[in-house]
Amino acid sequence: MNNKKLQAWSPWILLVAVIAIWQVLCSAFNVSEFIFPSPWRIATQTVEYHEVIAGHAWRTYWVTMAGFGIAIVVGVLLGFLIGSSRLAYTAVYPLMTAFNALPKAAFVPILVVWFGIGIGPAILTAFLISFFPIMVNIATGLATLEPELEDVLRVLGAKRWDVLVKVGLPRSMPYFYGSLKVAITLAFVGTTVSEMTAANEGIGYLLISAGSAMQMGLAFSGLVVVGAMAMLMYELFSYIEKHTTAWAHRGTNNH
Amino acid sequence: MTAPFIDFKDVWLAYNEELQAKGQYAVEAIDLKVQQGEFIAIVGPSGCGKSTFMKLATGLNKPSKGSIHIDQQPVTGPLKISGMAFQAPSLLPWRTTLDNVLLPLEIVEPYRSQFKQRRPEFEQRALALLDKVGLGGYGDKFPWQLSGGMQQRASICRALIHEPKMLLLDEPFGALDAFTREELWCILRDLWTEQRFNVILVTHDLRESVFLADTVYVMSKGPGRFMVRREIDLPRPRDLEITYTKEFTDVVHELRGHIGAIRKTSAVPT
Repeated sequence: MNNKKLQAWSPWILLVAVIAIWQVLCSAFNVSEFIFPSPWRIATQTVEYHEVIAGHAWRTYWVTMAGFGIAIVVGVLLGFLIGSSRLAYTAVYPLMTAFNALPKAAFVPILVVWFGIGIGPAILTAFLISFFPIMVNIATGLATLEPELEDVLRVLGAKRWDVLVKVGLPRSMPYFYGSLKVAITLAFVGTTVSEMTAANEGIGYLLISAGSAMQMGLAFSGLVVVGAMAMLMYELFSYIEKHTTAWAHRGTNNH
Repeated sequence: MTAPFIDFKDVWLAYNEELQAKGQYAVEAIDLKVQQGEFIAIVGPSGCGKSTFMKLATGLNKPSKGSIHIDQQPVTGPLKISGMAFQAPSLLPWRTTLDNVLLPLEIVEPYRSQFKQRRPEFEQRALALLDKVGLGGYGDKFPWQLSGGMQQRASICRALIHEPKMLLLDEPFGALDAFTREELWCILRDLWTEQRFNVILVTHDLRESVFLADTVYVMSKGPGRFMVRREIDLPRPRDLEITYTKEFTDVVHELRGHIGAIRKTSAVPT
């Protein structure tokens, strides 16, 4: 196996190795399945409860995507606003940073008061946690234009809008796709955290109810499913990124 | 004598009012008259306000004092009759070379409103221009597939595609190796000979200025001022061979002397 192939397969090899070690340790020390279930136990539980898990997973998935959709719209608009105007940048950025520092889980009780138990708090938590990286990346892409390039266009009588549309936006696209990859994983975190306290459905709810029933195998299945969903979406956006903004990744694939 | 194409009358520029109040000007007392189609070069030590001068000539900055007329019109904002190229080619990496060259036509009137209908015609024009600078067949390549010298040629094409009356070059060949640089001198010379636009070339390279320009201005540092105006009366058309003649090197030496004197005076601690 040559080096490149090894590199391509390395995440899978590592995964298999971790699972194998985990299984061996659990079997060798005879760890109680109620404390720390073995991979085998998690797998059998996943199969046994697959209908329940699938239902909760689907709920978590579409709630996350709804929150993420709002995050894209709001993140792009805000990012465009603060990236294109120095005044807006100076005014908005400190506030946004302060907001980003707040733990989003702390919003859940407030959202429950406003929207009740159910999808409302979950969608909004997913949105709150994931719009920030999108906004920052769009703003950075727009705000870091080379001054020479701007001069070349302004000499021709280009308006600020022309510069933004012809240069700023295409230039910030790699930043945008990069931020989507980060944001989608955060959105899953937001949904799950919110569902743990403020829902009767979803993986978060499954985790809490399985935990309180001492069904550790099922709880771990829930974690694995969330992780797998987040990973799949990450890979999807990574694929889109590579195929729409190839010019920004030329160092890695071309030549 | 006809009215000058570029006419600076006692132009001073401070970047903001605070600096102006302290009397710190980036350039001061610039008087300059350039004829239609004249090729001028501005040389001087770094930080002497050469780039500031460029911004004044294009209307990107307004003078604090004095007046600027170009083509007998007072300059109040960006002129749209000029093209610019810098030391960094600054091409857009997501556009092909051809689309990069076409960019000004998407912005400047009257091309802008006709761009969709006349696109094939504009493309022909851009390809012809690329051909002239030795980039024939590279139109569909992306900038990062070109060498530094090729990118700079494309950048000059971009500055010329809308047939500007004035071409402003800010150390355009500064980052290139000596052979590529001389090659591009000749390309610029040929384009200028053919189209006779005005050129303002800002450079560190005295040989470059003497080889290309009709008139060389030497700028002093802090504040920027034109110290010497030297007409280059070498016969045209000029060939690279001329750079090895005594007449040529004499002029270069003379300019070198002026720059040395300026550097000495400005090196004195203030």
